[in-house]
Amino acid sequence: MWRDAVLVAGKDLRIEARSRVALWQVVPFAILVLVLVAFAIGPNESDLRHAAPGIFWIAVLFSTVLSIQRSVAVESGEGTRDGLRLSGIDPAGIFLGKAAAVGFQLLVLQIVLWAGVTFLFDVRVHIIWLAVTASLLATVGLACAGVLYGALSAGLRVRDTLLPLLVLPVLAPVLLAGSKAWQAALSTHAGTGAQWLRLLIPFAVIYLVIGVVLYGPLQEAA
Amino acid sequence: MAPVVHFRAAVALAGRFPALAGVDLSLHPGEVVVVVGANGAGKTSLLRACAGLLPVTSGTAEVLGIDLTTDHTTVRRHVGLLGHAAPIYDELSAAENVRFSVRALGLPVARADEALERLGLVGRLRTTPTGRLSAGQRRRVALAALVARRPALWLLDEPHAGLDAPSRDLLGNLIAEAATDGAGVLLSSHEPELSVPLSDRVVVMGGGRITSDSPGGRRPNLSAVPAADSPPEPGTMGAWHVA
Repeated sequence: MWRDAVLVAGKDLRIEARSRVALWQVVPFAILVLVLVAFAIGPNESDLRHAAPGIFWIAVLFSTVLSIQRSVAVESGEGTRDGLRLSGIDPAGIFLGKAAAVGFQLLVLQIVLWAGVTFLFDVRVHIIWLAVTASLLATVGLACAGVLYGALSAGLRVRDTLLPLLVLPVLAPVLLAGSKAWQAALSTHAGTGAQWLRLLIPFAVIYLVIGVVLYGPLQEAA
Repeated sequence: MAPVVHFRAAVALAGRFPALAGVDLSLHPGEVVVVVGANGAGKTSLLRACAGLLPVTSGTAEVLGIDLTTDHTTVRRHVGLLGHAAPIYDELSAAENVRFSVRALGLPVARADEALERLGLVGRLRTTPTGRLSAGQRRRVALAALVARRPALWLLDEPHAGLDAPSRDLLGNLIAEAATDGAGVLLSSHEPELSVPLSDRVVVMGGGRITSDSPGGRRPNLSAVPAADSPPEPGTMGAWHVA
């Protein structure tokens, strides 16, 4: 399973590196969300600083949808979809590989957005371990849940419009917990920030386990 | 010797409709069987059922000794399917596509390199992203992936489509070699003049069933083979059916 996961992740990341969809579409989109929401909030620096964690995670969440759509699109053709089913690769390995590839892209995106938030909103992360831990846990949850729902919508003609409807409500806990944890990380004391990690941990674990178990049947149904 | 494919009254559904409506077919190791028939006759469905992509719901359906009515996924790693759409990634080169296919089965990468050379995918053709290749060249990449995997059952759906004359000759040689090595080959075709000479038997499909089974190869009986575009018989499945 792990060997298969590495193989699939390597394949997806290589495709991404060649197509540069993440670089030229997902990253600019995320920065655009950052800027537009900032415009909507207004020029008050205090308001912007206060809203920075929420804006950051909204940008990450919307970008996750794009990354998932791209991940599904790689195998949207009849040939590649059947090819993957006939490849002999363990479905759990496919799930883990695709989630790892999406997760890696999301981590890179968060680094870019972190820089963007720092520059645009003049905020500093004071408790780095909290921000990094929250980001890592949220990334696992976002990638696993996203790939799972991506598989659910894969065979549908309306998948591009259906996927956001399916996945955004499911990812709401990550938006909430990530924003709260980052809010604490931006302040000088952890406060209740660490408690929000307790929401991110089960979210990540549950979707990881569900994905490993259900990806095969979902792939067949699609 | 146990047959590679053993179907008796096999039924498979595509949605609500029977894509296979009671197929009887045996294919033995080293045998090449060509399937012909009008559009919607069930040729592609038969190949997909043999590959474990279309579940068989009733009857007997065994491929390589695996009962497809109870387990249609295990067989997949042992068969090679060349369908209408090439199972390759446009962003990856021919070498990367074929190596991925080989690594997925845990086979040595050297097999991929051998297959690429055999299919003439060398130099620029080997390293260019397949999205920039012609349809025929992409078909050769898909064929290289199949050759590298050396499956026990070759399932070829219109394999001559998009290939130039030298590639068609090469395909004929590859099929003959696979059969000599003991693999079974099931080949659907709308071009009997190309495929029948390669075959040991020719089966005709209509309405999701095998309607005739005659010798092929050195004793072709082309008059028994219906024209590719002849309409389905009354009462049989027509264009609405997924072929």
